[in-house]
Amino acid sequence: MKQFENMEILNLLTGLYKTRLSSKFRNRQPYKPADPHLILSFIPGTVLDILVKPDQSVRKGDDLMILDAMKMQNHLKCKVDGKVKKILVSKGDKVSKGMVLLEME
Amino acid sequence: MALNKKIKELHDKREKLLLGGGEQAIEKQKAMGKRTARERIMALLDEDSFNEYDLFVEHDARDFDMDKKILASDGVIIGSGTIYGAPVAIFAQDFTVAGGSLGLMHSRKITKIMDHALKMRMPLIGINDSGGARIQEGVNSLAGYGEIFFRNTISSGVIPQISVILGPCAGGAVYSPALTDFVFVVDNISKMFITGPEVIKTVLGEEISMEDLGGARIHSEITGNAHFFAMTEDECFEQIKKLITFIPWNNERKARAFDPGEPRPEFDIEKIVPDDPTLPYDVKDVICAVVDNSDFFEIMEHYARNIVIGFGRMNGKTTGFVANQPLEMAGVLDVDSSDKAARFIRYCDAFNIPIVTLVDLPGYMPGVDQEHAGVIRHGAKVLYAYSEATVPKITVILRKAYGGGYIAMSSRHLRADFVFAWPAAEIAVMGPEGAANIIFRKEIMSSDDPDGTRKQKVEEYKEKFANPYVAASRGYVDAVIEPTETRKFLLHSLTISENKLIQMPAKKHGLPPF
Repeated sequence: MKQFENMEILNLLTGLYKTRLSSKFRNRQPYKPADPHLILSFIPGTVLDILVKPDQSVRKGDDLMILDAMKMQNHLKCKVDGKVKKILVSKGDKVSKGMVLLEME
Repeated sequence: MALNKKIKELHDKREKLLLGGGEQAIEKQKAMGKRTARERIMALLDEDSFNEYDLFVEHDARDFDMDKKILASDGVIIGSGTIYGAPVAIFAQDFTVAGGSLGLMHSRKITKIMDHALKMRMPLIGINDSGGARIQEGVNSLAGYGEIFFRNTISSGVIPQISVILGPCAGGAVYSPALTDFVFVVDNISKMFITGPEVIKTVLGEEISMEDLGGARIHSEITGNAHFFAMTEDECFEQIKKLITFIPWNNERKARAFDPGEPRPEFDIEKIVPDDPTLPYDVKDVICAVVDNSDFFEIMEHYARNIVIGFGRMNGKTTGFVANQPLEMAGVLDVDSSDKAARFIRYCDAFNIPIVTLVDLPGYMPGVDQEHAGVIRHGAKVLYAYSEATVPKITVILRKAYGGGYIAMSSRHLRADFVFAWPAAEIAVMGPEGAANIIFRKEIMSSDDPDGTRKQKVEEYKEKFANPYVAASRGYVDAVIEPTETRKFLLHSLTISENKLIQMPAKKHGLPPF
C-alpha cells in the first residue's frame, strides 16, 4: 500500500477518517450566533454621526449611529432594550467590515 | 503582369495587417510573458492548417476621433484549422490592437466564426485577451457581448466550446467563458473577474491584487471557474490538444476511437484499496488500473479534490470517470464536489460519452457552512445529472457507500445500467457505528457494560449488513466482482451498451437545481 503525507483525521458521523483536509475546510469560520448586544459594521465605511451616549437608555429599534458606506447613510439600529455600555468609535472614524462599534449592557 | 501587381498589393496589405498593433505593442506583449494572438493560433493548430477570415475588417467607431485610427483587423483574428486532423473554429483577441477591446466589428467577427462553427458542427476555441468593452463604441460594444453570449448558449451541448484565458478577461466579457464547456488558464497570465480591484477598493474599502482576486490559481482552486491550469502557454496548448482527442466534433458523433492498450502493470488493482474503510488511498490509481495505457486525463484537478473527474479510454473509446477521492476530505460529497461532478456528468451525456462511476464515500459533508451554502440544492444536482443522463452508466462500488451518498453516486435507483461491487463493499443506510447505536440503543443503554455491548452490536451489524450481499440480494447490485475482474466487466458492459436507447418523456427542458 502507498503511504501518503499530510494525513489528518476527519471526524464524520460514519467514522474517523484518515485523509487530507482542504484549505476551504481549514479556513471555514466556525458558526457563532449573532450577539444582539454588539453593534457591528456590516460594511466598511465612515462613522457619520453617533446619536447616543454611554449609559443612555435606549429601546429596541432606536437609531444608534449613522454609517456612511456605498454612498448611503445606513442607520444602525438597537436590537435590544437596555443601556449603552461602551462606544468604541468616534465621529469621522473609518471602520472596516465586522468591527465592533458599540456595546450594549 | 497586371495580376502580379495585384498580388503584390495583396501581399503588402497582408503584411501590414499581420503585424497587428505594430512592433512596439508586440514587444510589450512579449515583455508580459505572452505570445501574440497569431503565434497562439499557430502553436495550437496543426502546421499550415489555419485559414484566416476577415483579415481586412475595419472598426466601426465614429466618435471621439476614432474614425482617424486604424485598428488592424479590429483586434481579433478568426479562422478555422485542424488539431490532430480534427476541424476547429477559432478566434483569438489581439491585445496589441487597442488592448483587444471589443467593438462592433470585433464582435461581428467573433459571432461570424461562432455561427460558422455551429453550422458546420465543429468545436469552437476562443482565446481571450482583452481589456474589455471599447468604451468609444458605447452600446454597440454591449450589443456585441450580448450576441456572443446568445450564441454560446445556443451552441451549448451541440458543439464543444473551449475558452482559453490568456490575458485579462473582465467585466461582462467573463460570461462568455462561463457559458462554455471548458476554461483553460495560465499562471500569472490569466485574470478573470466581474469587478476589478479598483472598484472593490472604492466601494468596499478592501484591497486585493488582481492575481489574488481572479488569477489562474484562484479560478482553479477556489472558484471552480477554470477547468485546466497550466504554468505556461505551451503547456496550456498541449492540454487543449489532448482534450480535443477525447471529445467528439459535435453532439451527433462519438469521439474518435484509438487503438486499445492494456493498463500498465505498476497499477496493481489488488494493492490499492485498504480494507479499513477509514484509511485513504488515491482513487486515481484505481482509474489508472482499469483504463487503456493507464492514461487518465483529469479535469478540474485542483478544485474540490474530494471528487475526481476526467476522461480515459476503454478499448480505445472515450469514457468519462467520476470517482470519490478518499485521499481528500475522505471523499465526501459537498457543495463544490457536487457542482463539479454534476456538470461533468451533463457534459458526458450531451456528447455521447459513457460514464463510469467509482464509489467510496462516507456521505455528505456536515456543517453550518455547507447547509447555509445550499448543499441541499447543490447536492441535488448530482441526483439530477445522473437521473437524466441517457448515456451508458456503469457503477463500481469499491468500498463504502452509505446513505444519501450511495443513492447519489449513480445507483441502480437512478438507472445505472450496471452496478458492480467489490467483495469488501459496505452498502448500508449509514456507517456501522451510527446504525448500531440507533438500532440497539435500548440494549446498549440497559447493559451493565454499555461500551462492551456497543462494540459487540457494531460487530454484529457489520457482519450482517456492512457487505454487498444485502444489496445484491435485491438486485440493486448486479454482480459482486473481484478487483482483478473490474476491467473485464467494464469493457464488456461498455461494449454491450454501445447501442443503448432510452426514450425520455417529451418536454421543453427540465429544471435542474442550478
